[in-house]
Formats: sequence, structure tokens, C-alpha cells
Amino acid sequence: MTQGGGQISARDANGKLPPLLLLHPDDNIVVARRDIIAGERVELDGESFVIPAAVELGHKLARRALEADARVLKYGAPIGSMKVAVARGEHVHLHNLRSDYIPSTSRELGPSTNTDHDGHR
Amino acid sequence: MSASGMKGYLRSDGRKGIRNVVAVAYLVECAHHVSRLIVQKSGADDVHLIGFPGCYPNKYSLEMMERLCTHPNVGAVLLVSLGCEGFNREHLRKVILASGRPVQLLVIQQSGGTTRTLNAGLDIVRRMRAELATQVPVPMALNELVVGTVCGGSDGTSGITANPAVGRCFDWLIENDAACIFEETGELIGCERIMASRAITPALGAEIEACVEKAANYYRIMGYGSFAPGNAEGGLTTLEEKSMGAYSKSGSSPISGLIKPGDVPPRGGLYLLDVVPDGEPRFGFPNISDNAEIVELIACGSHLILFTTGRGSVVGSAISPVIKVCANPDTYDRMADDMDVNAGRILHGAELDDVGREIFDLVQSVAGGALSKSEALGHQEFILTYKQFEPIGPACLPAA
Repeated sequence: MTQGGGQISARDANGKLPPLLLLHPDDNIVVARRDIIAGERVELDGESFVIPAAVELGHKLARRALEADARVLKYGAPIGSMKVAVARGEHVHLHNLRSDYIPSTSRELGPSTNTDHDGHR
Repeated sequence: MSASGMKGYLRSDGRKGIRNVVAVAYLVECAHHVSRLIVQKSGADDVHLIGFPGCYPNKYSLEMMERLCTHPNVGAVLLVSLGCEGFNREHLRKVILASGRPVQLLVIQQSGGTTRTLNAGLDIVRRMRAELATQVPVPMALNELVVGTVCGGSDGTSGITANPAVGRCFDWLIENDAACIFEETGELIGCERIMASRAITPALGAEIEACVEKAANYYRIMGYGSFAPGNAEGGLTTLEEKSMGAYSKSGSSPISGLIKPGDVPPRGGLYLLDVVPDGEPRFGFPNISDNAEIVELIACGSHLILFTTGRGSVVGSAISPVIKVCANPDTYDRMADDMDVNAGRILHGAELDDVGREIFDLVQSVAGGALSKSEALGHQEFILTYKQFEPIGPACLPAA
């Protein structure tokens, strides 16, 4: 794994900090460096596209289209599997990503909100 | 890199304390209020409240109180007992006495109740502080320092900014032969294989994998992973994602040992603290909140704690200063008065190494007597609950 300050502080051709952070070359998600508004145009992997829905600082977006059950990689390491397919730029979070270990919890629902019902790998 | 201005109070076991605290320790919840009154009415910032609430005896809590009361940052101890509780107060008193520290025991039922115990306690604390004031600190080197790290209120920025910056600081501390401890195996679920590959022996690696598996089983039975709603609000989705971020606090040094609460690292290097109880789950969640983890890091001899937070935590601790490293730049703007380091500026273009250096320098200045933010604000949280542990196996601390 790696988290490079070099990558994070790298600026684009215009001297700006890109709004999407790729933490590891193998990753299939990117992280929002700042709050991003719906409809904002961003660059990713040399292509320009529009973010469909607002994403807050620290949240994840699909780097490319992901199939259901796809292993999601962050820091070059697996962090769970997709429950459903998503398109590039979509928000990847509790509604579409599940743990391969122990379910995450919310105040409203208690456990088992984002894993298979048996909670096993 | 040389230690600048670090100094410590030399104890009889050879360790040095960066603070010279009078600990007032209640030995059951029934003695908590009287103890708190003694601390509050002493009016001194260096009189700290610690204690154990349970009435039933428990080997872990007795050993933890022994380690905490003989921690190098503690200069003297006042024990406050109700009188009928199961805690072995005489044993604890003897352990503290044998360490060369001034120790007094007040038993409320024998002292004649709240007011008489309070007045006696205030008198004892006054005399202890006067005695400690005559002690002169001596120079202290980095290889005498033990630093623990914990995260609380992690979010999607933690694993990108504050945690890897603490990891850099850890690497430099370990280069200087300091002992560094990271912990909470329940928050390292998913990292076990990578982590095991950093162990200095294959047998230690196997122990590390086994202890993370123990944590996964334990939390599965509890029904909740170590994952709070705020983690998700901050962009984290899964336990293993949170783990990967938390793991980066450990830096890149080899892992020299696997210890349990109360085990003091035998030499410099990087140590993993296994905080998940052994045996069948018996007393509930391994650590019910961040301060339970901090207390265990301190029981392992940590002189100070590096606490990373994304959502924003304000806690400090009794006995050892807590340095707050804020991962999220927006949180920092909201809560700057509580934060020692703005690691979130990495997202605005600052270099990770520069933030790591700031933490490294701050460790030395706080060890030299400068107050951390939480310390200056009077945060002295403390919590100790029931647990059970088996001793570590022979493979857990390979010879250097």
C-alpha cells in the first residue's frame, strides 16, 4: 500500500489541485479532495466528464464503470464488494458497497446495512 | 535528528516521566465522587483522576491499575476505597510503595464519610505535590520515549492525511530507537496479511494474523464492527476501508512485537497492541470508546498519545498528554482550538513529510513540557472496564 504526499500534493497542468484523488494506480475508486457539486466537470484519467450528484470531501466515486460483486480497491487494497453495478463518477458508499468482513452500522438501522445477511466473507 | 529539550523525572525502574502527576484513584464507583471532589478542590492541573468502577475483582483491572499507578508520568498516588468492594487495595498499595512512589490509602468507611475523607485527601495531595515539586527532571533521549497512537472519529480523509503523517513521525521516532505502539486490532481487520509480512519473524507474523482473526470473531459475535455512523457520514463505507486508513498510522518500520494491555515494550521499535480480550466474549465490547484504548496505551508505558481524527474529537487523557492530529481541513477550521496539527492541509497542497515533521517536533516539545491543546483545555478523560487476557505467547516478542 502507499499513500504518497507526492501524489496528493501534485498539481495539474494549470497549477491546480485536481478535485479527485487517485490513491493507488490499481484503485477503481477515487476520493473527493473537497466537496464537489452536481454537474461539476472534472478530469479523470485524461478524460473530462460531469459528476452526476454532489459528493462530499472524503467520499468515493467510481473511477470507471463497476459491475455488481466487483472487488473495490482503495490504497491498492480490497475494501469490499459492489452490491450493484455503477457508472463512472457515481458515488460509491453504503447504498452500493458492502463489507467483505463485518457489516457497517447506521444510527437508524443498526447492523447489517451493507453486507450479505449472514455477514460472512 | 536529536532530542531538543526533552526532560524526564527518573523513576526507580529506570524509566523517565515527562509529567509528574499526582494520581487520585477510586477503586470502585462508590468512591468516585469523593475522589473527584479531592481532584477538583485541589485546584491543581497536575492532580489527575483515574479509577475502576466495578465492585467485582478482575485480574485485568488490577494489573492495569498497577501499571497506571507506576507509570513514569505518575509521581505519587492517593488510593480511595469505599471499603467493602472486591478490589485488592492492599496489593495495589504495596506495588506502588515498592516502586518508590509516595502512596496513601483512604478507606471512606473508616475515614468517616465524604467530608472527612475529602479533607484528609486534600491534605495528602497537598503534601504529595510539595514533595514532587522538589524533584528535578533530568535530560531525556528519544530512545527513552514510548509513544502510542490511536484514531477516533475517522473519516475519508484520515487515511490520506493524518494517519500517514503520524506513520512518518513513527518511522523517524523508531529510527531514533523510540518505542511506538499502534493498536485496536478490530480496526485492522482486512490488513492482517500485509501487516504480518512486516513482522520481524514469521512466527510473530502468524501471531499477528491470529490476533486479527480473534478480533474479527469477537466483533462478529458483538454484532457491530468498530465502525461508527460518523465514519460513514465522513465517507468511509466498510470496516476494512477504515482499517486500511488506520493501518497507515503504523508507518513503514518492521513490526518488532505484539503486546497486550500493560505490557511495556522491552526496547525501541514498532509494536502492535492487541486490545481484544482472549477467550469467549464475556464483558461486552473490547473497548467501549476511544479513551479505553488510550488508557491501555498508557498502561503499556506510553508517555504521550498521537490521536488522529477526521470528524473531530476533543478528548485528552489522565496521566499522559494527547496530541490531536486533525485529518480533515474543514473539521480543523471548525475545531482549531482543540487541534494541535492541521494535517488536512495536505489536501490543500502541503507535503506529507512536512506535516510528519511537525508532529515529530511537537512530540519532542510536549515531552519537554509544552502543553498539548487537550491538556491545556483540562481534558483528563479516563475509563477502565472489565476485560480478560491471557499472557502473550513466546513468539510475540522475538529477541532483537
